[in-house]
Amino acid sequence: MCGIVGLFLKDSALEPQLGELLTAMLITMTDRGPDSAGIAIYGDETPGQMKLTVQSDTPETTFAGLDAALGKAMGTSVAMSVKSTHAVLTIPAGTHAVLTIPAGTLASARAALAEINPDIRVMSGGETLEIYKEVGLPKDVAARFDIAKMSGTHGIGHTRMATESAVTTMGAHPFNTGDDQCLVHNGSLSNHNSLRRKLRREGIHIETENDTEVGAAYLTWQMQNGATLGEALQSSLDDLDGFFTFVVGTKDGFGVVRDPIACKPAVMAETDQYVAFGSEYRALVDLPGIENARVWEPEPATVYFWSHDKAPTSKKAA
Amino acid sequence: MQTIDLTEIGLRETNKTLHAQSKDTNQTAWEIVNPRGSHAIACGLDAPIEVTVKGSTGYYCAGMNQRATVNIHGSAGPGTGENIMSGKIVIEGDASQYLGATGHGGLIVVKGNASSRCGISMKGVNIVVQGSVGHMSAFMGQSGNLVVCGDAGDALGDSCYEARFFVRGTIKSLGADCEKKEMRPEHIEILKGLLDEAGIDADPSEFTRYGSARNLYNFDVDNAGAY
Repeated sequence: MCGIVGLFLKDSALEPQLGELLTAMLITMTDRGPDSAGIAIYGDETPGQMKLTVQSDTPETTFAGLDAALGKAMGTSVAMSVKSTHAVLTIPAGTHAVLTIPAGTLASARAALAEINPDIRVMSGGETLEIYKEVGLPKDVAARFDIAKMSGTHGIGHTRMATESAVTTMGAHPFNTGDDQCLVHNGSLSNHNSLRRKLRREGIHIETENDTEVGAAYLTWQMQNGATLGEALQSSLDDLDGFFTFVVGTKDGFGVVRDPIACKPAVMAETDQYVAFGSEYRALVDLPGIENARVWEPEPATVYFWSHDKAPTSKKAA
Repeated sequence: MQTIDLTEIGLRETNKTLHAQSKDTNQTAWEIVNPRGSHAIACGLDAPIEVTVKGSTGYYCAGMNQRATVNIHGSAGPGTGENIMSGKIVIEGDASQYLGATGHGGLIVVKGNASSRCGISMKGVNIVVQGSVGHMSAFMGQSGNLVVCGDAGDALGDSCYEARFFVRGTIKSLGADCEKKEMRPEHIEILKGLLDEAGIDADPSEFTRYGSARNLYNFDVDNAGAY
């Protein structure tokens, strides 16, 4: 199954509550997939700075001095904040560190990190995006990283029932394949092996054997070649084979697309304050003003996307 | 009127209470508040009671229904009324995919739209949709009637047997072995009866009937391409 949620805020007054709202939505979807959980938050931007969210199974030793080591390797100063939670005494401390480094250096930072410690896993990179994901239930993963305290403009979340690759941190969603881009998926892709080979030949960085990462990488490739988010989602309907309901995020945008068969469930709600997505209506019931929201089921093979720059829009497949 | 707060007593207790009603119960009117999109609300009822759910429901609401009337004052999730045997389900909002799947009897009324696979493998249920239905509706429909006051999506009635489909608006495409049929006086009568029972004001003469061309009943290797 898998459960997916998304929340795109139109009203900045709700931004301090983004993490809290999204966490509650995802916890409601727990019984759609208890294997692993992840949340992507588009938060604050510091001009000229990029964020790399990394993960380690041994944070105490791995993250000790990592900022200095990376700063030295890159010849710059790097700031680091390690997330710990109230549960730090009973479970390992937060296994992600957010490294803040000068813009335009994400690729070199990845390379430098691989040299410093090849066991460090990169969760996401971008100006505003941070991804936190781990094996475990949504409530535990959200608590571990204190997601409910995070503010932001939009975010997406996923709770996984694994089918196409192992239950690991790297197999958890959301997947980040380009700066500030991420995707969550309910379904399974059947042409991911051939597409992965093609995208790698095109120079797209793909880390895992997971089908969803290929879907994310496909959209990144399309956007690198000049497509808008909406256009990239539109072409995914032709080039991806399998079942999918996707929710995607970019720095400014938020999109939804379902395959033409559309057997993976989806419900959306829109008010003057937000656009929300849930695998089921249950995920939306505690959102403010939901009783007066426009609630609908997104149509098959139809691209929906919203941007903080543009008016809401959707486009029907030809 | 008996009122059940689903958040207070939970789903199992709610359904257990409704299941405990006998065929000659005096407590015939029930209201369920705070459904919050929960699954399997009022499933497996088998008594002449009327249950009104005050809000939207999740998967399989009123599944396997017999005798009871279930009103949903909101939208309904996937598989609502699955395998309904008799009784009535009225959805004030929209219905998600595979509404009334494999239903053997009874009536389902949707005041809004129904999504994909509405009435899939219907076996005698009557479904009346005031709005439109999605793709693959009435796939492998065997008997019963699907009435659509709006439009139908792709592949209506694919591989159907003897179910009847009445559509007032347009059809995106017909499924394999489904064809347009003549609307004879007896069909007008059937449709009029269904619209009346559903409480929907529509002129039966504006509808077109569709049904099986009966070419796929028996396997013929020349039809392999149609499967």
